Amino acid sequence: MKVKQISIFLENKSGRLAKVTKVLGDHQINIRALSIADTTDFGILRLIVNEPEKAYQVLKEQGFAVSATEVIAVQVPDKPGGLAGTLQILEDCKINIEYMYAFVGKSGADAMVVIRVEQIDRAIELLQQAGITLLSGKEVYTV
Amino acid sequence: MWNPEMETLPRSELEKIQADRLRKAVARVYHNVPFYREKLDQAGIKPEDIKSVKDLRRLPFTTKQDLRDNYPFKLFSVPQDEVVRIHASSGTTGKMTVVGYTKGDLAVWAEVMARTLGCGGVTNRDIVQIAYGYGLFTGGLGVHYGAERIGATVIPISGGNTKRQLQIMQDFGSTALACTPSYALYMAESAPEQGISLGDLRLKVGFFGAEPWSNNMRKEIEAVWNIKAIDIFGLSEIIGPGVSSECLEQNGLHVWEDHFIPEIIDPATGEVLPYGEKGELVFTCITKEALPLIRYRTRDISILYPEPCLCGRTHMRMNRVLGRTDDMLIIRGVNVFPSQIESVLLEIGETEPHYQLIVDRDGNLDDLEIWVEVSAELFSDEVRKLEELGAKIKREIMSTLGISARVKLVEPKTIPRSEGKAKRVVDRRDVYIR
Repeated sequence: MKVKQISIFLENKSGRLAKVTKVLGDHQINIRALSIADTTDFGILRLIVNEPEKAYQVLKEQGFAVSATEVIAVQVPDKPGGLAGTLQILEDCKINIEYMYAFVGKSGADAMVVIRVEQIDRAIELLQQAGITLLSGKEVYTV
Repeated sequence: MWNPEMETLPRSELEKIQADRLRKAVARVYHNVPFYREKLDQAGIKPEDIKSVKDLRRLPFTTKQDLRDNYPFKLFSVPQDEVVRIHASSGTTGKMTVVGYTKGDLAVWAEVMARTLGCGGVTNRDIVQIAYGYGLFTGGLGVHYGAERIGATVIPISGGNTKRQLQIMQDFGSTALACTPSYALYMAESAPEQGISLGDLRLKVGFFGAEPWSNNMRKEIEAVWNIKAIDIFGLSEIIGPGVSSECLEQNGLHVWEDHFIPEIIDPATGEVLPYGEKGELVFTCITKEALPLIRYRTRDISILYPEPCLCGRTHMRMNRVLGRTDDMLIIRGVNVFPSQIESVLLEIGETEPHYQLIVDRDGNLDDLEIWVEVSAELFSDEVRKLEELGAKIKREIMSTLGISARVKLVEPKTIPRSEGKAKRVVDRRDVYIR
């Protein structure tokens, strides 16, 4: 139930984000979800794509600092309080969320979010016990 | 002039003194320092072979590496109970360059610094504000004892605390200032904020050194402060400040030749070059007791002019330093080798780092920015860890080199490479332009 995320180091200068998306586009790689964490000096672009291994390779070949990380993709009811219920489960067990972002598309009537925690196996176990739907890598890449 | 008799001694007499002192210095190191005995034996030279200054070129060189190999005291020529002072500067690979002084050495130092201050017209009626750092660095204490020898009133304020520097300068009526040239400009810039008008101060002369500076900087300093800006030169290996100094003619720095014999060599071959030609400065200490270095290679590029000076002093002049034969940078008065920064990065990243040092003048103060390429090994998906990486590099640079730097993490391949080798230093200050 783990999903592969690609992270890329970006300097804060113009054209860098465009370059990443162009490289991916040229290689027919589709972006499913993305987020940017930025500081005054640099940013980290995090991506869920349809072909993570290929994306990792082509970006590395283009000279980017890339890393692959494992995250969880959670299906959340698209209604007020939908996300809160899910997060409460993790909070109750003191699992700290490092970051989180939403998908570009939806899965049926539900929204989808990507969550990064340090204790990923324990989080998966807890969420599944609570009846929360987690998406597999395969499902996510082909949304 | 502090010591008119010696400073204007006819060259023939000066050379006699040099020959006599050189013979004694070589005999002293041969008998007291195993390093020199070995070197001279290897070269097949006996101390008796050195009869005149012309024989100097037969002697082997001493390098910074030799000081490092003999860390800390092994090049000292006297027993430790005769050493009364230690100074040190940061070395290229973490090991400091350590120098020692006997009571006699401190007396020589005070004498040459008194002559240096005398070159700018300082007498016992002056108030000398010393804004060079006091401590292991030779700048503060070196100028201090010279000013005391003259009998001037000394304000040992040391470096930093600009507000207080200006307040004291105004209230105490300082007439002479000693500091790095960039600090002098920085102080001038800060004065209006305190409501201090530089034109109303009593300051008339400044002694600036410890870092390279251009003629344009001199013009600027002289204009904003309305003073004479004197270039002084020295290095701790030889004695500290007081090796040479400009006079009011401001046309080259007089080397106090009855204590230090200068040569210019071709840095590639070691051959001595004729006067007037540009090359690497080499000094031999002929009166030092604790650490009398023979033919010490400074890595500074200069030219020697033996012609008489309009001021009347007969001691040969050296050109202001024109550059370095190695990659040493002087940032806010601190000697910095790119290799020192590389070793800090190597320890943190555990792989060969790609980095570049960008040195600039921000206003009037040197500014160091270190660009570090974020390699796959250094990259982390978490902002916190990357920020910690930058902060750690900054901390380590501070603790090993004693200077603050800004660290900028950049993408791989950002730093231009030529023939596979990255350009390590971009110095935008143009400090060596004449």
